[in-house]
Amino acid sequence: MVAAPFQYERVSSFDEAVRALREHGEEAKVIAGGQSLVPMLNLRVARPDWLIDINPVGAGPIEDLGGYLRLPALTRHRALEQAEVVRRRCPILAAATAFVGNARSRARGTIGGSLAHADPGGELPCVAAALGAEVTVLGGDGARDLAVRDLLVSYLTTALEPDEVITEVRVPTQPERSGWSFLELTRRSSDWMVVGVAALVELDTAGAVAGASVAIGGVADRPWVVPAEPLDDLLGAAPEPALLERVAERAAGMLDPEDDVHASGGYRRRMAAVLGRRALAEAVERARANQELDS
Amino acid sequence: MSDAGRQPVTFTVNGARRDAWVFPHESLLDVLRDALGHHEVRYGCGEGVCGTCTVLLDGEAVSACLVLAVQADGCSLLTVRGLADGTEPHPLQASFLRNGAAQCGFCTPGMLLTAYALLQHEQRPSRERIRRELIGNLCRCTGYSRIVDAVEEYADEAIGRADA
Repeated sequence: MVAAPFQYERVSSFDEAVRALREHGEEAKVIAGGQSLVPMLNLRVARPDWLIDINPVGAGPIEDLGGYLRLPALTRHRALEQAEVVRRRCPILAAATAFVGNARSRARGTIGGSLAHADPGGELPCVAAALGAEVTVLGGDGARDLAVRDLLVSYLTTALEPDEVITEVRVPTQPERSGWSFLELTRRSSDWMVVGVAALVELDTAGAVAGASVAIGGVADRPWVVPAEPLDDLLGAAPEPALLERVAERAAGMLDPEDDVHASGGYRRRMAAVLGRRALAEAVERARANQELDS
Repeated sequence: MSDAGRQPVTFTVNGARRDAWVFPHESLLDVLRDALGHHEVRYGCGEGVCGTCTVLLDGEAVSACLVLAVQADGCSLLTVRGLADGTEPHPLQASFLRNGAAQCGFCTPGMLLTAYALLQHEQRPSRERIRRELIGNLCRCTGYSRIVDAVEEYADEAIGRADA
């Protein structure tokens, strides 16, 4: 397996990347960490005429801007996994990143690349969707902000225009009295998820649910964000196991996942209910622990 | 294919400067093996899954099959051949030998380099941490236990040497 020939241009700024993308048109592809793109090149699933290498742009620091973290698009998974500021301020992101690929893919892979690749079995798209993360993209018409939920359109398909590139990702930091959980089922430890669940729960001072957000990966053509119906059933209620189970079962019941070699659609739906229940329970438990720390 | 389109690259491999002319689509693995004679860097899967082509790129373990040679221009590379001191095995290699952590040997360079990179960053990772880090290095002979044993024993030894 050897990649088909392509031309290669290295750029040192996102402006240059956009210029190169406009120049080379739809036959150009941006390469960041290359951990998904290069296998596709080697298998000749992708055959771009041009590769625009943005690695020289560099990542710069992760910044804590109060309500959110600013992550340069070229932030490597290894940095997300290990950076103290991410572990403390957005722990679900650090925890989920530890499940991405293997140690070598985490050394090279980037957050911007993961989101732009839009693999429905990827951990970072799932967590970013649950968090309500945003990206800034730069294109020929300037910069625009986009919710990750709108960026991810379908299998390996995003709302990016051919001349656009993700420049930064913003993820909300963990509010007070809140907890998180990321659980996934895989066939092999380093594999894409068969089903994965990212859950965030916020409690009020009385211990009732003040907010919840859940995204499920591996069950549709993009991470599926559980809608208000049934998630709003949690609001104002005491998060008892029976309620969490009922909400998870109803959410999973809305899914119609496809069969593939890893699992049948029915099994995926069942696992979405099981992992959904466990993830909600774990998020509640962590939120209560946070509450005790605060009081 | 003609030479038109080739680009010059320079890396340091195991401390020695190496120059090559490469096509943009050539992987670092192909260039190390075919142009520079580093046959200890092995082709397994070509998609970053098996770990047999692991090299350290500026100190980080990477899949040489997923890095383009042009991307490694100016970088410092370490292959398993650079671990040993001449004919004297590196203490990590010695620990692999003592523990019977290699059978056919095909995965061994990648195992050694992944473990070596981990131990550069962390002095005494837990057994679970070592197992997780080695997830991306597949071995079809040993069953992994002896590999993890060897890494743990080396880490303990290294701490002992540092304390002495």
